[in-house]
Amino acid sequence: MIEGRKILGSVGLGILAVFVIVAVLAPYIAPYNPHQMSRPMEHPSSRHLLGTNDIGNDILSEIIYGTRVSLFIAFVVSAISMLVGTSLGLIAGYFDKLGFVIMRVVDIFLTIPRLPLIIVIAASMRPSIWNLIAIFLIFGWTMTARIIRSEVLTLRSRYYIDATKMIGGSDCYILWRHILPNVIPLVVVQFIMEAIHVIFTEAGLSFLGLGDPVARSWGMVLHYAFECPIIYVSDVWMWWMLPPGLCIVLTVLGLTFVGYALEETLDPKLKSPAYGRGL
Amino acid sequence: MTLLEISDLKTHFPTQSGIVRAVDTIDLSIRERETFGLIGETGCGKTVLGLTLMRLLHPTTTVEGTIRYRGKNLLTISEAEMRLIRGEEIAMILQNPTTSLNPVMRVGEQIAEAIRLHQGLRRRAAKEKAVEMLDSVRIPAASRRANEYPHEFSGGMKQRAMIAMGLACDPALIIADEPTKGLDVTIKAQITELIKETAKEKAMLLITHDLGVARALCDRIALMYAGELVEYAATEEIFENPLHPYTRGFLGSLPGNGLVPIPGMSPSLIDLPDGCRFHPRCSHAKAVCRKKHPELIEVEAGHFVRCFDA
Repeated sequence: MIEGRKILGSVGLGILAVFVIVAVLAPYIAPYNPHQMSRPMEHPSSRHLLGTNDIGNDILSEIIYGTRVSLFIAFVVSAISMLVGTSLGLIAGYFDKLGFVIMRVVDIFLTIPRLPLIIVIAASMRPSIWNLIAIFLIFGWTMTARIIRSEVLTLRSRYYIDATKMIGGSDCYILWRHILPNVIPLVVVQFIMEAIHVIFTEAGLSFLGLGDPVARSWGMVLHYAFECPIIYVSDVWMWWMLPPGLCIVLTVLGLTFVGYALEETLDPKLKSPAYGRGL
Repeated sequence: MTLLEISDLKTHFPTQSGIVRAVDTIDLSIRERETFGLIGETGCGKTVLGLTLMRLLHPTTTVEGTIRYRGKNLLTISEAEMRLIRGEEIAMILQNPTTSLNPVMRVGEQIAEAIRLHQGLRRRAAKEKAVEMLDSVRIPAASRRANEYPHEFSGGMKQRAMIAMGLACDPALIIADEPTKGLDVTIKAQITELIKETAKEKAMLLITHDLGVARALCDRIALMYAGELVEYAATEEIFENPLHPYTRGFLGSLPGNGLVPIPGMSPSLIDLPDGCRFHPRCSHAKAVCRKKHPELIEVEAGHFVRCFDA
């Protein structure tokens, strides 16, 4: 069981590492500038490994640069969401009155159907990746805040919190030194969940044409592919539609594997020496 | 020299079904370097008294009276001042060693915490001091053990670590709340020995229901029943010349003294009996015991009893 998790985790990490390297090194890896135009609708060849699209952009280069956009949005949104969600969750769990206020705000956000509202907001704003990030952030922190809060509620009644009070620890000290480290595994898992959600939703929005037309993500590549009727009647879909779709699936799969493996690694009770001793 | 003086202390919890009078009008004082035993059945308010001294009760609790520690009234000073006292001046050793250590923090770090909070030492220096403390509570290979997590410690070792944490800042008063609870007999003896050693230098309030431990460690013993003190005197005096029927019952329930239980249950702290709180369980109860609440009177020098018979 543990071994299986480790293998899956390594596979996931490997997949993610490949995408991250591709994203970072995009200008060196991509054979063309994604905006450079050559002959449109070329089939795959040694010059264009995945052919060209309807306006003559190299599709492989488009996807490589798209990795940057998709991963950047997912990372920034997840990181900021975790920062905000965890801070508010810690405060909400530890201080009753503030917690009540924060949780009612969370309630409001959670009752609003997330996807339709995101679509409405995205449609009413100028499409750009910064606007997309802002839209995802509106909702990103809420679930995390709630999950962290419920964990803090149980953590704060532990005896070691009392023990820390007894040696003169202040509330802030207890939150920072004792409660935060105990919720970090949850935060990491939430980070991954949020990244998965953002990658999917961003792809969906872009697919609907609400993404940034300049910084094209994988979803945007798909959007343009579907706008071109020819993909329905020829083999073009195999190199225009399938690769970006596979990228999305693989990234999400990689994240899921890593999340699964982390569950074990982040729990010090399962760490190897004691585990081996069977304590 | 009196270190801690508690007078007229009342700790009441408001609840849906009424006011729980967990600590009701307690007067006692603890001298410097004295070990004072507080004994009573489960639920008589012993732990609440300890937490009241540390001011760590839920904010809805009402606390009245005064707790004077070296001239300062602990009930009126600010929270920030109180934090400086906790750990540095008064330390409390909790009764659940297995759950009183943070599972995701190395044991050494947790002991170093107390030192860093009060003495402003750097991480490295505090860590060294923590190892010293672990060594002083006789944890073998202390420097290696300090880097381990609580789950790698046995129950007895965790309790030693908790004692090390309590002693880390060299407090003047230690409140030990059933420090031997849940430990097996041999470990209990070791921990008792350890406490005895450390207690020599410091004042201690030992909260327990283990008379054997209390007799081995304490200079004076007080018996608590239903939120109030019913008898207190020097340890030998309590064992040789117990005056209150509750004290006698408690001693009689020891395995060596016939294992005779005290009949009945301790009363609810919400609905206390009229008159003497012990009268429903007392074999010597008279008419007056049902009507009048006895005062704590000094029958001999330093021996106080709350009973009409004494």
